[in-house]
Amino acid sequence: MFKKLMTLLFVVLLGTQAYALEIDLRNPQVEPLPIAVPAFQAENAAAQQVAADISRLVVQDLTGTGLFREIPPNAFISQVSSFTQPIAYPDWRAVNAQGLITGAVTVNGNQLVVKFRLYDVFAGTELGQGQQLVGTVDGWRRMAHKVADAAYSRITGEGGYFDSRVVFVSESGPKDNRQKRLAVMDYDGANVQFLTDSSAIVLAPRFSPNGDRVLYTSFESGFPRINVLNVANVGRQQLATAPGEMAFSPRFSRDGRQVIYSLANGGNTDIYRTDLASGQHVRLTSAPSIETAPSLSPDGSQIVFESDRSGTQQLYIMPANGGEARRISFGEGRYGTPVWSPRGDLVAFTKQNAGRFHIGVMRTDGSEERLLTSSFLDEGPTWSPNGRVIMFSRETQGAGGTSAMYSVDISGRNLKAVPIQGGASDPSWGPLQP
Amino acid sequence: MKMMTRATVLLLALATAACTNPDRFGGGGAGADGANGVNGGLAGSASDPTSPQFFNQTIGDRVLFAVDTSTITPEGKTILDGQAQWLLTNADYRAVVEGHADEQGTREYNIALGFRRANAVREYLVSRGVPSGRLEVTSYGKERPIEVCSQESCYAKNRRAVTVLSFSAITS
Repeated sequence: MFKKLMTLLFVVLLGTQAYALEIDLRNPQVEPLPIAVPAFQAENAAAQQVAADISRLVVQDLTGTGLFREIPPNAFISQVSSFTQPIAYPDWRAVNAQGLITGAVTVNGNQLVVKFRLYDVFAGTELGQGQQLVGTVDGWRRMAHKVADAAYSRITGEGGYFDSRVVFVSESGPKDNRQKRLAVMDYDGANVQFLTDSSAIVLAPRFSPNGDRVLYTSFESGFPRINVLNVANVGRQQLATAPGEMAFSPRFSRDGRQVIYSLANGGNTDIYRTDLASGQHVRLTSAPSIETAPSLSPDGSQIVFESDRSGTQQLYIMPANGGEARRISFGEGRYGTPVWSPRGDLVAFTKQNAGRFHIGVMRTDGSEERLLTSSFLDEGPTWSPNGRVIMFSRETQGAGGTSAMYSVDISGRNLKAVPIQGGASDPSWGPLQP
Repeated sequence: MKMMTRATVLLLALATAACTNPDRFGGGGAGADGANGVNGGLAGSASDPTSPQFFNQTIGDRVLFAVDTSTITPEGKTILDGQAQWLLTNADYRAVVEGHADEQGTREYNIALGFRRANAVREYLVSRGVPSGRLEVTSYGKERPIEVCSQESCYAKNRRAVTVLSFSAITS
């Protein structure tokens, strides 16, 4: 009897859930929410093509999360012929659309104006207010991403991540003579631009918190050194380290003024911090073991890093100024490349166990470890700006092995390759653009 | 049949030479951005004991390591004894010891591991009398495998430290 009542209660709760235009990202069992996105209205002839392109990309962004599913336009009963016309809710309910996004686009020369509205179909109300964005025709993809970010954010109650860029290493050539160049792309693989040529091996670029600069490791001199690259003008500058010392694995502090990184002196690798303005550096670890891959907590007070001081690679957390470290990884196998989540609650990592590599997450006390992927070689996670998605490198095995970038939801669902030409590795996800 | 076997052996030997020789990676790779190594290029006959060729081929320019270790093996010590002797005799040469790792490991860790290996070689050579100022170390981690299969037979050759000679009058 009690069980029956519970089931009934559960069904009722589920029922309520299904009719509200909201997605609870903490609930990993969420069913994709049905949305309708009629082609945005072109308010003048010049806007015809871009209006259609923008609405397609909005759909692609939202359905690409795995959280939404599109009601195909040929199922629509009602057509939207004007941005200001009242919504015929019963027609949208009939096709089971829970969310409806309408938009209008105007083009004046290179200026692009996009207006959009989001409706909760079952409640029969608008969700949030209509919004107008002004940009350029060349930048139409960004405008579409912004519309999708706004819709995502209103429905999930959390920040979006579509209007963001990723810096990565573009790869070509055979495995024993691989050419590597730094490049940036939109989060969805569009608009790839190269930042360096392939004359020297470059590794593991990291965006600054506001996306204006990139830290990376270069073998230009034959020795690994850290460079700081200005994204806007591609100007480069080498991070100052003492002679004979080789530096790699850098990351910016949250204010973008300092760099934490690994420095190898002789055979020993430790973690250091350098102030970019003064060039002054501080040593944060001093153990004979390997200490590398440091990542700061969002509040800047702690550093998670990897060390083999126990005999194998494991994860540790220490105060940002150095000091006693506590081990947080205790599962089977080896753990490396920890990255603190933007919300501060999780650490993403690479795990190597029984001949397989995994991307996983755990809480900062090491509890609730969850492996999200498994392959011959997965490594190097990076967080989406809202901390809901992880991008990483996956390399296939054998003589013809190549590397590609993949993304996966932190629930472990929605694993997919980032569609770009050629090989790619070491993604670093930048901030949501202003 | 006997002819066949000999031909196979010869072919194998050639194939091995072709695989292991170009550690300088031709034009675009580490060769271009590495130190001025002469291992792959500079002339000299392997029968001339003062030539880099002799160093690379007769003595051996590299030592191999077990998984996730930087311990010099007994075979490695024999090679490094030869290297030390050669470097002491040919005092105009400097060397960069390059540490490498196989692909089974994360990128950053493998760079650090490569440093450990290169440094183990450097320390051994210094312990045999080579002035430390003539030896530098670097690490390419897993970035420059010489063998490309994903099996232990290839991994074993990729876990290496290579002593790359350069010819230069020593200042300082």
